[in-house]
Amino acid sequence: MAGTKIHRRNMLLLAGSVTGAACAPASAQPPALVPTAAPPPAPSGYIFLKTAEAAFVEAVVSHMIPADELTSNGVDLGIATFVDRALAGGWGKGERLYSQGPWKTGTPNQGYQLALTPAELYRAGISQANAYCKVTWGKTFDRLSAAEKEAFLQALSRGQIQLPGGLPSQPFFDVVYQTVMEGMFADPIYGGNRDKAAWKMIGFPGVMANNARNIRTYNDGTRFPARPVGIADMS
Amino acid sequence: MGRKLPKVDIVIVGMGWTGGIVARELAQTGLKIAVLERGGPRSTAEDFSVPSIRDELRFGARTDLMMDTAKDTFTIRNTMAEDALPMRKLGSFLPGEGVGGAGVHWNGHTWRWGDNDLQIRSTYLQKHGAKFIPSDMPLRDWGVSYADLEPYYDKFEYVAGVSGKAGNLNGTIVPGGNPFEAPRARDYPLPPLEDTHANKLFRQVATTLGYHPFRRPTANASKPYKNPDGMQLGQCQYCGFCERFGCESNAKGSPHVTVIPVALRHENVELRTWSWVQKVQLDSTGKKATGVTYVNVLTGEELEQPADLVILCAYGLSNVHLMLLSGIGKPYDPKTGKGIVGSHYAYQILNGATLFFEGKAFNPFIAAGGSGEMIDDFHTNPAFDHGSLGFVGGFSVGGGGTGGRPIAYRPTPPGSPLWGSDWKRATAKGYQSAMGLSSSGAVMPNRANYLDLDPTYHNRFGQPLMRMTFDFKDNEIRMSRYAAQVLSEIGKAMNPTQMGPVSGRTSWSVTPYQTTHNTGGAIMGTDPHTSAVNGWMQSWDVHNVFVLGASAFPHNSAYNPTGPVAALAYRCAEAIRERYLKRPELLT
Repeated sequence: MAGTKIHRRNMLLLAGSVTGAACAPASAQPPALVPTAAPPPAPSGYIFLKTAEAAFVEAVVSHMIPADELTSNGVDLGIATFVDRALAGGWGKGERLYSQGPWKTGTPNQGYQLALTPAELYRAGISQANAYCKVTWGKTFDRLSAAEKEAFLQALSRGQIQLPGGLPSQPFFDVVYQTVMEGMFADPIYGGNRDKAAWKMIGFPGVMANNARNIRTYNDGTRFPARPVGIADMS
Repeated sequence: MGRKLPKVDIVIVGMGWTGGIVARELAQTGLKIAVLERGGPRSTAEDFSVPSIRDELRFGARTDLMMDTAKDTFTIRNTMAEDALPMRKLGSFLPGEGVGGAGVHWNGHTWRWGDNDLQIRSTYLQKHGAKFIPSDMPLRDWGVSYADLEPYYDKFEYVAGVSGKAGNLNGTIVPGGNPFEAPRARDYPLPPLEDTHANKLFRQVATTLGYHPFRRPTANASKPYKNPDGMQLGQCQYCGFCERFGCESNAKGSPHVTVIPVALRHENVELRTWSWVQKVQLDSTGKKATGVTYVNVLTGEELEQPADLVILCAYGLSNVHLMLLSGIGKPYDPKTGKGIVGSHYAYQILNGATLFFEGKAFNPFIAAGGSGEMIDDFHTNPAFDHGSLGFVGGFSVGGGGTGGRPIAYRPTPPGSPLWGSDWKRATAKGYQSAMGLSSSGAVMPNRANYLDLDPTYHNRFGQPLMRMTFDFKDNEIRMSRYAAQVLSEIGKAMNPTQMGPVSGRTSWSVTPYQTTHNTGGAIMGTDPHTSAVNGWMQSWDVHNVFVLGASAFPHNSAYNPTGPVAALAYRCAEAIRERYLKRPELLT
């Protein structure tokens, strides 16, 4: 592990050399400064998700984030792991949610008003989504064809699905979509965005950003050559 | 009432910008001062070091440095006809908590509000006549003038290390600054921040259109800086982790690196963290405070802290909450229009447009919290014609962003899918090729917008939550519609490949983040019948209570509020030190 880490002092030196490298002609690019050796395999297994729930989440993340020329699929990016850890942890348990009743639906402007923590909402939502898929297609979401998955998620995102247990579908879609995007773009230390693939996709340099000089070089419409660095790389 | 502690001279509630300023300014009196902060301690070295502070999930998405709504929140509704329901998680606005308050996780935008705001009623009466002001809009002058505040604005800019360019030095218009700003005695302590590509494009087009662009003034140090107290600020690194985060370089003017440590050098100033004030205690006449009661959150013990003078320096909304819980001043009743505490609650109204430029890279992550190019042609510009447009107040317009953290910032052109390979392609492209335009509009008071105690919901100590009844009214809706038109015209003139839709806002929702510039509820003025505090922030009803913060604003402006919040705090502290302590009575 020690070989894949960069100590902070070295990173600060590195930050300076990135600017220098960018000023040099393209043919003089230095070798990659961030180690590119394959990362050790991420821990497998789930803390919160039950088997059927894991199948649902894996199917959703790899449908929303398919493998293509930009990244590997959502499961391989660790997004299902991210979701699992998020739901198992304080956020999933509603640690910052005001959770006193009485409970009323309220207006859309009044925001989230369900008596469910994110983990409870996820769990109930998966169960009811699978029940809906069974009635409609005769199988759970993870076994649907790509076209059927797409149809279901499109309808869910537009509030057009009446979930059989009465759970409002919009907050369920919102929490799923929020966590998929967080798993894609949060620091890899949380289990998703493996190998900083999403940051590389967009060119976000991550946590290392001493740009007092870069801002003078890259304010003319040319792209900064980002070599993303995450929290673990500097710890 | 809990265990009674030995008496202190002054108790200050809250240790953010205003608490820090007042503690700093009163420390040299030698009086015994206790500052009670409901959250925990914080320091740059322990709390804001890289890499852990640059964790967008923890600090950006999960709002780790801010108010915890599980413990305390507000109930919200748009109109009196609705049931108010709790704001169960943070969204529209993000109050701070802990030492430094929201001053640790602000962007630093620092403005001087001029007489167009401070004398707003007189100005509109003179220019447009009484009929122009809607009958349900209780517009008020503030009872202080820009000339009263100028030295204190100046003081704050030098303490916080504000970077900017003067536009009006003692009446002389200076190229490159805001020509519509009120005259200042001297320039900012630091030159403006570096340009971004978005700034340059906006400036070029705004100039062509005849507007007057300038770099946004902000407490992000453009160079290393030592303030008049000898406190050292680092140079801004344009890291893109400003708002919602603490600054590891101490480049953001924040109370925990400026006024607070200076105050705490004095042995007579004591900071008690985890001390949650529940009430200001009044004597049997109800006209004099005897101290405060608070809970030591670490032990659960309830304590009484007697004091001669009580200064409320919590977040503005929390100051109003404490006044209502303590019975200071008469609560506002929207049905009769009687009472004052809780009235004049206001917010701001924002619009935005996203522009996509094929082939350009904006590197949105290389930015400071105050990056951006602004125009004030629709706000402080005296030639801006409100008459034909039919609304009170104005809006500022800016181009460029303050960071590109990707959980929150992923612009895609209109019509892009929400997931799948095409979504990825659109995201990868849009992230680099997009820039934003935005407007920030003033909100005027309305008789139906107010704060009071909620009849149903409680905080973790069993006290009623504060209830917020608020919506944008016709005045703001008209302004927002016009601002959207202006953004759209500027956007088109910038000639982007594509532009997202721009539309005016019609209603306030608690869900998307908008702004933490909540104002009003304990407004200042010259008449005890129409204001809660006088020009020195002193309660008309309980003379030994002073109430600082944006709760004193009789209306909200297009500008960010920290400039006048700090200036009024300096003016208050000076009045206490030089006058009130010598003769503890109502200041006139």
